[in-house]
Amino acid sequence: MSVKPVAYQPHWSDRFYLFAVLKGMVITLKHFFKKKYTVQYPEVKWPVPKGHRGAIRLNKDEQGRMLCVACEMCSTACPAKCITMKAAVSPWPDREKYPLTFEINMLRCILCGMCQEACPEKAIELTEIYDFSAYTRQDLIWDRERLLKNYDLTCDGRYFERSREETGL
Amino acid sequence: MFGMDWIDLGILLTKVMLVIAVNFLILMIMELAERRVSAFMQDRVGPNRVGPFGLLQPVADGIKFLFKEEITPSQVERTLYWLAPALVLVPALLTFSVIPFGMSFSAFGREITLQIADLQVGLLFIFALVSLAVYGTVLGGWAANSKYPLLGGLRASSQMISYELSIGMSIIGVLMLVGSLRLSEVVAYQTGSLFTILPRWNIFTQPLGFLIFLIASFAETNRLPFDLPETEPELVGGYHTEYSSMKFAMFFMGEYIALITTSALLTTLFLGGWDVPWVDEAALGSWGVLLSLAAFAVKTGFFLFLFLWVRWTLPRFRFDQLMHLGWKVLLPLAIVNILATGLFLYLAP
Ligand code: SF4
Ligand code: SF4
Repeated sequence: MSVKPVAYQPHWSDRFYLFAVLKGMVITLKHFFKKKYTVQYPEVKWPVPKGHRGAIRLNKDEQGRMLCVACEMCSTACPAKCITMKAAVSPWPDREKYPLTFEINMLRCILCGMCQEACPEKAIELTEIYDFSAYTRQDLIWDRERLLKNYDLTCDGRYFERSREETGL
Repeated sequence: MFGMDWIDLGILLTKVMLVIAVNFLILMIMELAERRVSAFMQDRVGPNRVGPFGLLQPVADGIKFLFKEEITPSQVERTLYWLAPALVLVPALLTFSVIPFGMSFSAFGREITLQIADLQVGLLFIFALVSLAVYGTVLGGWAANSKYPLLGGLRASSQMISYELSIGMSIIGVLMLVGSLRLSEVVAYQTGSLFTILPRWNIFTQPLGFLIFLIASFAETNRLPFDLPETEPELVGGYHTEYSSMKFAMFFMGEYIALITTSALLTTLFLGGWDVPWVDEAALGSWGVLLSLAAFAVKTGFFLFLFLWVRWTLPRFRFDQLMHLGWKVLLPLAIVNILATGLFLYLAP
């Protein structure tokens, strides 16, 4: 059974155009006075939903020491092979090793979160920071201090609010 | 020359300078307004970074245009290619010379009219110049020697045929009422009131003529919904595809200045020009002059906003739809308007 196509029959007022045009112009004028959705980036940052996998951080404990015990579980799990570390004898009595250097090559990182899942100490985590572009490649190879700094930025969960407060927008 | 002395010449030159400067100032405002208004209508904010509220954005754009590479494609018709942008810009600016933009006043012992030249054939002069501007578009499209500009130029010429006739016919009603082509007399005719409540503007006495003129001026200024010569989705950039840098900017400026002139013309012909309703400007002295200037600016500004408003509301017409509209709808309506006006004048002189 075939369906007979029905030609579009505009209403006479639409065929007259002017009413339809005026109707459309009223709509655009309404939008003219409506709330604007633009986010004034970079002063205001759009808060990402929970669970966003952004820049990586190295967690610290209550005394400000890094949690990592240099077990190499994360670098083994990493599919992009972008974590490198050098282990050393820990200066603290409660653990044997700690990472003397810890480098993540963010150029290669695919933000998959495997390191976070593999870590037995919950020492490495992905954060909500998404704007970490840099001018040189070297700036994107993050060392231990840079990763610990990410923890300071995000540990209170107010990263986006703080950036908004700082710019006063 | 024509019994002119130095003071007359000075006054005239000042007026010319003033009109050009103000035109370019409004052009810059329009360039920003276009982007801000479109943004607001789409629930966005628009450019707001350069200067306070983005007010310096047109300056930034101008500087950018100046520093863009000037490309002349190898296959172009050089003379016409260089001439075309000027042919768009210059007639658009010249048109403003016959539009009265304020009440006349006396200074230096003579009457100073706020109008560069009060031509006896003012209206005809305007239409001659406006149809000249289309040559810029057509020649630009032709000289570029490339397929999309050529199509754009072709469209410009056939678009002109379909609206120019209706636009000319639509104002005959006004001419019949006023009885003069002189634009200062058109304005003078519109002072006073109609049925004691309405100002005697031609928009009330010639509503049909106004509508036809308005619709046709959208086609004349190449604005959406009738911007067929430069449809971006199908013709890349239309007639100015092969233009770059300041030559492109000249097309751009020409279009906006044509827009300003058309708005000013709409004001003069149908909204009473610089007339403030229910106010006798002449009795107010110099305040009256300022008031008349302000009234002219507000009315012209309204039309400029209308042009933006319509552009960001309506989709583009198809080519045959525009021809259909021009020939089969606007032209017969314009003729009906002339007949109705004639009948009215015959019955109620
Ligand atoms: S997020 Fe994935 S790619 Fe990046 S460091 Fe962790 S495991 Fe490697
Ligand atoms: S971050 Fe976690 S998995 Fe990686 S070396 Fe440190 S403790 Fe081991």
